Amino acid sequence: MKRKLMVTLLSVTMAASLFTACGGGNAAAPAADAPAAEAPAAEEAGPAPAAEEAAPAAEEAAPAEEAAPAEEAAPAEEAAATADGSGEGKVLNIYCWNEEFKSRVTDHYPGYTETDATTGTIGDVTVKWNITPNQDNAYQNNLDETLLKQADAAADDKIDIFLVEADYALKYVDTEYTLPVSELGITDADIANQYKYTQDVMTSSSGTLKGLSWQGCPGVLIYNREAAKEVLGSDDPAEVQKAVADWDTFAKTADAMKAAGYNMTSTTNDAYRVFSNNVTGKWVQDGKVVIDDNIMKWVDMSKKMADAKQCTTADLWSDDWSKGFYPDGKVFCYFGPAWLINFSMAADQEGSIANQGGWGATEGPQGFFWGGTWICGATGTDNPTLVGDIMKQLTCNEEIMLDIVAKDSDFVNNKSAMEKAAKDDAYAFAVLGGQNPLQMFCNGAESCDLSNQGPYDQGCNEELQKAMKNYFDGNASLDEALDMFKKAVVEKYPELTAE
Amino acid sequence: MKKSKVVSYNKWGYIFLIPFIVIYLLFQMVPLVSTIYNSFFENYRSGLTQIGPNFVGIENYKTIITNGDLPTYFMNTMIMWIMGFIPQIILSLLLGAWFTDPSLRLKFQGFFKTVIYLPNLIMASAFSMLFFTLFADGGPINSMLMQMGFISEPYQFMSHVWSVRTLIASMNCIMWFGNTTILLMAGMLGIDPSLFEAAQVDGATAGQVFFKITLPLLRPILIFVMVTSLIGGLQMFDVPQILTNGTGDPMRSSMTLIMYLNKHLYNKNYGLGGALSVFMFVITAILSFIVFKFTNSEEV
Repeated sequence: MKRKLMVTLLSVTMAASLFTACGGGNAAAPAADAPAAEAPAAEEAGPAPAAEEAAPAAEEAAPAEEAAPAEEAAPAEEAAATADGSGEGKVLNIYCWNEEFKSRVTDHYPGYTETDATTGTIGDVTVKWNITPNQDNAYQNNLDETLLKQADAAADDKIDIFLVEADYALKYVDTEYTLPVSELGITDADIANQYKYTQDVMTSSSGTLKGLSWQGCPGVLIYNREAAKEVLGSDDPAEVQKAVADWDTFAKTADAMKAAGYNMTSTTNDAYRVFSNNVTGKWVQDGKVVIDDNIMKWVDMSKKMADAKQCTTADLWSDDWSKGFYPDGKVFCYFGPAWLINFSMAADQEGSIANQGGWGATEGPQGFFWGGTWICGATGTDNPTLVGDIMKQLTCNEEIMLDIVAKDSDFVNNKSAMEKAAKDDAYAFAVLGGQNPLQMFCNGAESCDLSNQGPYDQGCNEELQKAMKNYFDGNASLDEALDMFKKAVVEKYPELTAE
Repeated sequence: MKKSKVVSYNKWGYIFLIPFIVIYLLFQMVPLVSTIYNSFFENYRSGLTQIGPNFVGIENYKTIITNGDLPTYFMNTMIMWIMGFIPQIILSLLLGAWFTDPSLRLKFQGFFKTVIYLPNLIMASAFSMLFFTLFADGGPINSMLMQMGFISEPYQFMSHVWSVRTLIASMNCIMWFGNTTILLMAGMLGIDPSLFEAAQVDGATAGQVFFKITLPLLRPILIFVMVTSLIGGLQMFDVPQILTNGTGDPMRSSMTLIMYLNKHLYNKNYGLGGALSVFMFVITAILSFIVFKFTNSEEV
């Protein structure tokens, strides 16, 4: 009996070893393994020619479609769909990276009913949510692969809507894969109230508007009221502003905070956007990577703060970063726009500072913006009317947008509505302890300048933060860290040079 | 007439080989050749725009040789492999010897064999994620050490060269020592028991039996373990990739060759990726050859 048991166990282990050997690919037969090293490269080489073929095909198809609306004729697919009497496509595919847009549609789009976590319905159209996390570029990789196959995909599988962020918007805006919003039935009058910068982001080099956003993302300095009272003597936004009015006073406050046991910011990367949005030139100029002086100012300041242990060197979105959302995290401030306050700061978690309304907001040393989500209609969609309507309702309908402000504490992309709401205490943010920060956001949105945005921003921002972490941690000199940054950028974008 | 008397079974040999040959050609040979072919082209994607393929000759190879990264990442890989392999082989030999020694009469052998194999059943990425969380600046290990009074402020495991390398090496060790133990046990059980008995009769100590009988007769299986582990080590990817979030930091001191290859695949750079793969192929071949020669030489 005992022997039988042992035999069974042993054979299970042996069988299991077969599976793990296959999965882990670590200790398989030597002969088979050596070529396997080539597999990642070679396997992916397969689809490459196909993708190439698809690209010209899409290019050919696109002008045709563009030409069609110009002649007041519906695109071919649309015509086909109408012909069978059922109107447009029955499936609306939406590609995005988190639940934010989904919750906006669920809560605010008239007629949307949720079926389960990844599907819903609008009338007789099924809405399919394809949510891929942003990390490590996974969202864009997935989106790119699907977009490249868009021309050949079955009508129900075609992407209808996808979302983009400011950091990489240009990558999609300047291609044929995004539909001009004018083709989706949205007129200039509809979008007259939107903040101009939100449209600048999505305007292609030829001047066509390719996407719309329901939110504006001017950032503010979000401070811990408890710490402000303890160290600065007051948690009144105007008083706190005096302590963070410029970077010199910011540094002095950081010293005071440290003495009281608070970190000034959670990580070195928190202030990054404030500097990177106030640069004097683009990341890439004439095919060469240029590090702006303002970025170097961030490096200097962060190094000082890291050395003085006024903040950690953890990554944004890491557990160490978000510890400051709770009183025990002992963090004085974060830099962020409305979505950070309402969506990311653990407001629904019992015991978090946001949950107790313990944050305050003030302008901070410099204006900046961060992120923002834009809705794009994908070329080849079989639901252009519905796509257009979703855009219109969420980004142009003042009533719905005010509802978003009231329910979700977002800052919406509608100038007149926001100016009104800024003066109305009914729109105060609970997470900010009843403060109404909208006027601050309004001012910030007006002054947002995106002229220095470029298609390489995301890669450059990420790699710079990663490389500089080595410098902040004391593992490299500044020059070594900068070399590491340049190396990483050229790996990501082989067409660039960095001296 | 003469022919019919001799029945030839040769053809069956070839027929049985067909499945292997076909699968090998399809899934190993074709990718191998196409990788080499790809390495001569400039071929990548910038955003949604495909660039190339343009024939550039050996330009990709030149780039890889001149930028000087290859030796660094090769050294990183080897250092982390050796750091993991040495404790792993010692542990496995010890456990293997205990499990196969009839005089010890170990109880619940099956249970222990299963348990030491279990870490291998966990996905490497999940295992890595677990370590990442455990050893984070605000993670449980740090708070434990602080509460016990060993350190006054969190030790940044992820910001020091040797702590990161040690973590990676120990993860690989923990994951693979069970597998190695089972392989070595198979080899040890294959040794003629009469040799052990003879040694006992002659009054040999356990140490003498191990070093004079077990180890020499285990050589073929040891070579196999060495070579497979070496190749597995050269392909080290998932553990350091997840643990360092793909950066190989601090200062890429824990970046392995395959992680470097993965960097090129970010923009589908098949040209540079292909060239790098060809280099790796050559390195693997040379190393395997050396191990094979070195371990075989004394036997002849």
